[in-house]
Amino acid sequence: MKLRYTFGGDEHIFVEVSEEMSLEAFFISLSMTKAVKAAEIKGVTEICPANASFQIKFNPDDIKPQDLLLEIQKLEEQTSTAEASLNTRIIEIPVYYQDPWTHETLLRFRDRHQNPKGSDLEFAARSNGYPSVEKFIEAHSGSPWFVSMVGFVSGLPFLYQMVERSKQIQVPKYLRPRTDTPKLSVGYGGCFSCIYSVRGAGGYQLFGITPMPIFDPQQKVSYLQEFMVFFKPGDIVKWKPIDRKEYDRILAELAAETFTPKIKKAAFSLDEFNKDIQGTNKKLEDILYS
Amino acid sequence: MSVKILQPGLATTVQDLGRPGYYHLGIPLSGAMDRFALRVANLLVGNHETAAGLEAVFMGPTLEFTSDAIVAITGATMPAKLDGVAKPGWTSFAVKAGQKLSFDYLRAGARLYIAVSGGINTPLALGSRSTYAIGALGGFQGRALQAGDVLLLGQQGKQDKQDKQDKQDKGKILGRSVPENMRRIASASAATSLRVLPGLYWHRITKESGEHFFEDTWKVAPEADRMGYRFKGGRPLTFVDRKPPFGAGSDPSNITDACYPYGSLQVPGGSEPIVLHRDAVSGGGYFMLGTVISADMDLIGQLQPNVAVKFVKVDMEEALHARAKRKALLEKIRALFV
Repeated sequence: MKLRYTFGGDEHIFVEVSEEMSLEAFFISLSMTKAVKAAEIKGVTEICPANASFQIKFNPDDIKPQDLLLEIQKLEEQTSTAEASLNTRIIEIPVYYQDPWTHETLLRFRDRHQNPKGSDLEFAARSNGYPSVEKFIEAHSGSPWFVSMVGFVSGLPFLYQMVERSKQIQVPKYLRPRTDTPKLSVGYGGCFSCIYSVRGAGGYQLFGITPMPIFDPQQKVSYLQEFMVFFKPGDIVKWKPIDRKEYDRILAELAAETFTPKIKKAAFSLDEFNKDIQGTNKKLEDILYS
Repeated sequence: MSVKILQPGLATTVQDLGRPGYYHLGIPLSGAMDRFALRVANLLVGNHETAAGLEAVFMGPTLEFTSDAIVAITGATMPAKLDGVAKPGWTSFAVKAGQKLSFDYLRAGARLYIAVSGGINTPLALGSRSTYAIGALGGFQGRALQAGDVLLLGQQGKQDKQDKQDKQDKGKILGRSVPENMRRIASASAATSLRVLPGLYWHRITKESGEHFFEDTWKVAPEADRMGYRFKGGRPLTFVDRKPPFGAGSDPSNITDACYPYGSLQVPGGSEPIVLHRDAVSGGGYFMLGTVISADMDLIGQLQPNVAVKFVKVDMEEALHARAKRKALLEKIRALFV
């Protein structure tokens, strides 16, 4: 892939790995940002990997923009041979699809939607050729998902579906963004799923909600005591459809501080994945549920 | 050693110079929108420039002091009154325990900065006291101030640890004033120029649209806050034809969700440009045509809704020159208060 370098004003270098999303582009972005970090270049203040691009913020009082550009371009050669693999973790995220809270919200913003009469899930199921919402939920929760970016707002993960491209779900965003989205809504836009970490504006279609906090500035949630943000790029997620009863049970466990998310260590290799997608996913699930 | 909020104003928050290092997780820099104004306010009261102060937008708060302090007001022109007696802006003055500080209506600019000797001492969150309200992080309980809140004052003054020198220093600090030609507030009459370095996804728009963007006069829309400023009134942009890249979305203004630089200019649907500011969303799926240069970011924080703005095309050399000029101005002010 031919990387495209451009300046974001006098304080940022923006690098597009590919216009299209792919795990190949994600891994190039990841190895480039790792290399920039390891190079400890003077003046670099923020290193932000994204789905198929990345961004470096710098202080131009410490390094000339053109000099930094050359330094980063030099790293391109040495990372081109980097292996696209990760030691990561697979996490089960419970999702209450068609919950009352996102449903109330999507009704409130129907005037901004392509399908004013139905729900977001009905729209997504139909536009992806699924006969029913239930079949669509099966597809959404049937494969693992890859966290290819963290951002937008505090700790929000963008998740990429780990299936053949022909099977990937694609849904347009709202015609105009909502001004409100319930905290922990599971959304969808373009080819990405997301979990809204906080309440606020959003343009992704609303599918459901998870009871599991993923951002806690107070750091009271047991598994967020070490750091307030749960996700990092490279994490792998498996959605688990739950009903209201289980949703309430998890909330009660969270309140009693007895809830622990199901997390297992897992290795991921892009080559192996590309050679055998179903086999790789099966292995990941076996690890999660072993 | 505290300040009580009697009336909060519209959206008054605790801010310092921000929280770098977490943008890759969607936690933005935050901090004063007009960093110059906060730095100068701190210098005027003898604080470190990094001390936390208050940022008030469009409307000032009413504060009651429980102890003696030195205070300075910078940024927007919103005349201050101490127990009803007018106090000048950009000048430090003494406040006695029990006195009340209030503000008249806004005359120019948008954001007022209040520095208090010792600084506002809310707990540090990821290394900063800045309020990031969207993430309920930092500041006072992660939110804008409300009536009844009590803010502790800290020891972010330069001489706080040298008790013996205190009295002598207080004499040196009181009455410090920034000469009028060194104050920076947005002009209320002419259109404000915001300098832009084209780039990022500039190639997505047609040549004509690129020219229109810089020719047209834009106005600040009502949706203007710490996350970003929206502009309207210019001609809609037209896009270069393309087959939507996988993952980007079907709208011609969509891209595969990417990082957003601070100051970047995104134009969803090609209609209303948005400049991201200190509480920026760190990324998303809209193309950006360029970035407001760092030297002009403070100025955006002083724009009121409906004021006219012209975007002015510059190159990197001009951007760096403007940055150096800003830095030199600050150096001059620092030199006044050594």
